Amino acid sequence: MPYTNQAAALIHSVKAVGERLIAANPVELAVGNVVRRVLHIVREEDLSLTTAAMAGLNLSAESDDEDDTDRDNHPALSAAAIAAASRSTLRPPSLQTLLEDVPDSAAVPHTSSSGGDSEGKSKSADKSSRSRKLKHDVIEAVNELIQDISTCHELIAEQAVEHIHQNEVILTLGSSRTVLEFLCAAKEKKRSFRVFVAEGAPRYQGHLLAKELVTRGLQTTLITDSAVFAMISRVNMVIVGAHAVMANGGVIAPVGLNMVALAAQKHAVPFVVLAGSHKLCPLYPHHPEVLLNELRSPSELLDFGEFSDCLDFGSGIGAPLLHVVNPTFDYVPPKLVSLFITDTGGHNPSYMYRLIADYYSADDLVLERRTTSGN
Amino acid sequence: MNPNPNIDFSHLCFLLFLQKSTKFFERQLSMDARRMSRAVPRVRQVGFFTPNTPAQQPQPQSAAPSSESPPLSDSPASNSLSPVMIPPPRHLSDNLGGRTAAVPVPGREISGELPTVGSYNPSESVLWLDSPPRSRIGDEELSEGAESSLGWYRRSDSAKFASSLPSGGFNLSTAKHPESVAAVEAKNPLPEQSEVQKEQASSSKPLKAKTTKAERRALQESQRAAKAASRAEANKSGTPGGAPSSKPMKQPPQKKDGPPVASSIAASERIGVDRSVEKERKKDLPPPRKQFDDESRGGRAKRRSVLNQPEARNRVELFRHLPPHKNGTQLPSLESKFFELHEKHPAVYKVGLQYLAGDLSGGNARCIAMLQAFQEAIRDYSTPPEKTLTRDLTSKIGGFVSFLIECRPLSMSMGNAIRFLKSRIARLPLTLSESEAKTTLCSDIDRFINEKIVLADKVILRHAATKIRDGDVLLTYGSSCVVEMILLYAHELGKQFRVVVVDSHPMLEGQKLLRRLVVKGLSCTYTQLNAISYVMHKVTRVFLGASSIFSNGTVYSTVGTASVAMVAHAFRVPVLVCCEAYKFHERVQLDSICFNELGDPDAISKVPGRVDVNYLDNLTDKQKENLELLNLKYDATPSDYISVIVTDYGMIPPTSVPVIVREYRKEYLLI
Repeated sequence: MPYTNQAAALIHSVKAVGERLIAANPVELAVGNVVRRVLHIVREEDLSLTTAAMAGLNLSAESDDEDDTDRDNHPALSAAAIAAASRSTLRPPSLQTLLEDVPDSAAVPHTSSSGGDSEGKSKSADKSSRSRKLKHDVIEAVNELIQDISTCHELIAEQAVEHIHQNEVILTLGSSRTVLEFLCAAKEKKRSFRVFVAEGAPRYQGHLLAKELVTRGLQTTLITDSAVFAMISRVNMVIVGAHAVMANGGVIAPVGLNMVALAAQKHAVPFVVLAGSHKLCPLYPHHPEVLLNELRSPSELLDFGEFSDCLDFGSGIGAPLLHVVNPTFDYVPPKLVSLFITDTGGHNPSYMYRLIADYYSADDLVLERRTTSGN
Repeated sequence: MNPNPNIDFSHLCFLLFLQKSTKFFERQLSMDARRMSRAVPRVRQVGFFTPNTPAQQPQPQSAAPSSESPPLSDSPASNSLSPVMIPPPRHLSDNLGGRTAAVPVPGREISGELPTVGSYNPSESVLWLDSPPRSRIGDEELSEGAESSLGWYRRSDSAKFASSLPSGGFNLSTAKHPESVAAVEAKNPLPEQSEVQKEQASSSKPLKAKTTKAERRALQESQRAAKAASRAEANKSGTPGGAPSSKPMKQPPQKKDGPPVASSIAASERIGVDRSVEKERKKDLPPPRKQFDDESRGGRAKRRSVLNQPEARNRVELFRHLPPHKNGTQLPSLESKFFELHEKHPAVYKVGLQYLAGDLSGGNARCIAMLQAFQEAIRDYSTPPEKTLTRDLTSKIGGFVSFLIECRPLSMSMGNAIRFLKSRIARLPLTLSESEAKTTLCSDIDRFINEKIVLADKVILRHAATKIRDGDVLLTYGSSCVVEMILLYAHELGKQFRVVVVDSHPMLEGQKLLRRLVVKGLSCTYTQLNAISYVMHKVTRVFLGASSIFSNGTVYSTVGTASVAMVAHAFRVPVLVCCEAYKFHERVQLDSICFNELGDPDAISKVPGRVDVNYLDNLTDKQKENLELLNLKYDATPSDYISVIVTDYGMIPPTSVPVIVREYRKEYLLI
């Protein structure tokens, strides 16, 4: 890697670290997402610097105009990939950017390398200051990202009053901090409603959530998972957290939620998933029940002491008679999800793939996938 | 003794008659009255008694007075009687004496009515005569019958009788079905001899003191001679033999068509009486369930109850209409009350305690335990003086049942079994001695257990096993004994399959099932309900048990069953529900909330074997105020999720449940 190309070097090293992190737990999709977000930030910062430099050289007057008049000028300027890239980096993510990103994404890699080279030649004097600036910007942006992630609960919770009305009956399963804050936010706004919490065996996080909710004065009913179907007909809305949101709008969620979602669909109860944008994963799920799942210890379900003779090779044929299956996650297909509430607002499942383009660079998706599959 | 033998005799006959067939009589009376006022008994005519046409004309007039003679026909009793179809054959004959029907009531004190009553008899006697094959039956039996009847009558015929009559009518009303008649007749296999017997019976009554057979006979003989002239004689209806009166002559033709009365009845049902069937159905609507949020009734129940009602804390708003769970902590207090509750039979008491402690679970096990306890109670039962077995035993059983309900709400299947038992009791022929009645009932119970549960399960096994192929992966939820038997049976047949046992907190019954299956060498997969979507991919069949199936096809079963069926449906896996037909119920239900059973709420916060789950251990009072724990026992699976119901009548779609319920009910009351 040429020393001149700061951004590429940075991307490379971030990737290397990212791969290790992902390899540590490939099922924890949020790790990959954040690595991608960081990579995206690096690329964006690099681009914006480049653009700024280019603008300083020859396009300084034009670049502002282009933003306003890009529809007319676009064909003429399409050759100027850098300018296009600059638009995308300088504007906050929006649907318009996304649409324009499509042609850009092909050009970006090219841009970064060629731009880097040209920079190296033309601006060697500038180099040290630029690299410092890049580093500074990246750090700042990453801090922002950290900020975003840590405040996403609040951003989501702010929307609670828009979705919860008086005397609502809400069902949730297991425990999720996002859900807890969402409900509490509505409670603080003087909405009075009732919550059914399914306990979420075998981890029984529902007990924890129920405890938190009653501590904050919410009317809470703790039910068994098996009673979900019985109770869902009296529920107005199901609100759950997610482990990850896939690009197709499917959800990797704590085990049991597919059942809840099916029951909700049967009774036409809205199934709402709360997810911070860092949970949005650019992958499309393939056989997610198996490939994106994690099997936990059977001891959560069965007492080893009682069943030791069968868990083992007790039958004498060499094959154990007893298997214990204890998956951690469920895959909820997009058709069962009514709404996603993220820190950027509510979205339909069918819209999730659009958001991906906001947060990730296209070339990172491929790379990540290779690393995950490699591991 | 009344100086006027004739009156006395007729009086006695009347009493006898009342005793023996109060139920029918009243029913008929009321029916007759009603029918007559409506004016056309044409249904009757259709099939059976053509000859009587002339009689019908008189009826209307007679009817009018009878209906006016209010006491009986208008009495609530008669109204409350289920409008059962009356076996038409009798009626016709009654019609002749139709007016009689109403009359007897007022006539309790006076023998004047007797003639009318008597008119009723002939038909019955005819019926009796119809079943000649039994003529062989020994004298002893006859005499025994006579004796028993003697006993009965003696008890009741005294002063009591007046009062007993109406109440008897009420109680007996439970036995609404014509079959009872058949049963009665069947049990009294008296052909020609029947006459003799009747006479014995009737004569015996007057002689309250013991008389020897010979004496009785002599008496009868003499009386008979006297009576022969008077129609009153016929009144002995109570028992078999009516004197051959003019009517019997007419009837012989009928007899031919239905030697066993039952068949004739069946025929009658088929042919006519749609209306009455209709009505019966209406009346048979299950009574509304007790709602526990109803203050007035709840209060009463509380006062009566043996167990302390747990306080309302932690009760879920939505389920206030259901009785709160009574947990085993009340066991000691209940145990200590044993001697206060002397009217509870120890066997029943024991079963009640087992329910309460949760030692007995599973629909079939509970039902069998209950029936066997009743059996024991019946064996030890003796009719208190001045009461009749039928009524007293029915109320006894009622007391047992309410005690059991207090320990734990009954399942539908147990309700059905109790209904069966009560109908058997109500249908006991009055001629039976106490010991005979008791053995009859015990054997009825045995037969019910055997036919409706044990054999039914065997049939289900056969059916279900045909649906298991090599290489299948079968999923089952919770612990259903039928499903367990099916799995073991299929395993014995040498089929190669794998079983997925799905379980759920807090019952964790699946672990015990898993234990038993693994010991038998079946290869199993065990998982929690939440992981159902994960395992369902590989499953090829889902076998579920049921606590009850409602006539809209809803399967009422262990909580969680609905979820399993739903997920299976979503994955296009066939769902087979295995359930004995005696668990079918004519109720309908759409959700799991209107009717359900609440389990111990505290069971939720504890997870056996998981000390790390203790989040709810130390809650402050304020926290507890907001927290409700809901432990539902059952849920209702919509019929769309059920592919097939495997029952002892074969494999049926859920839409056929009402058909089975209807057909089956008839049959099981007939057993």
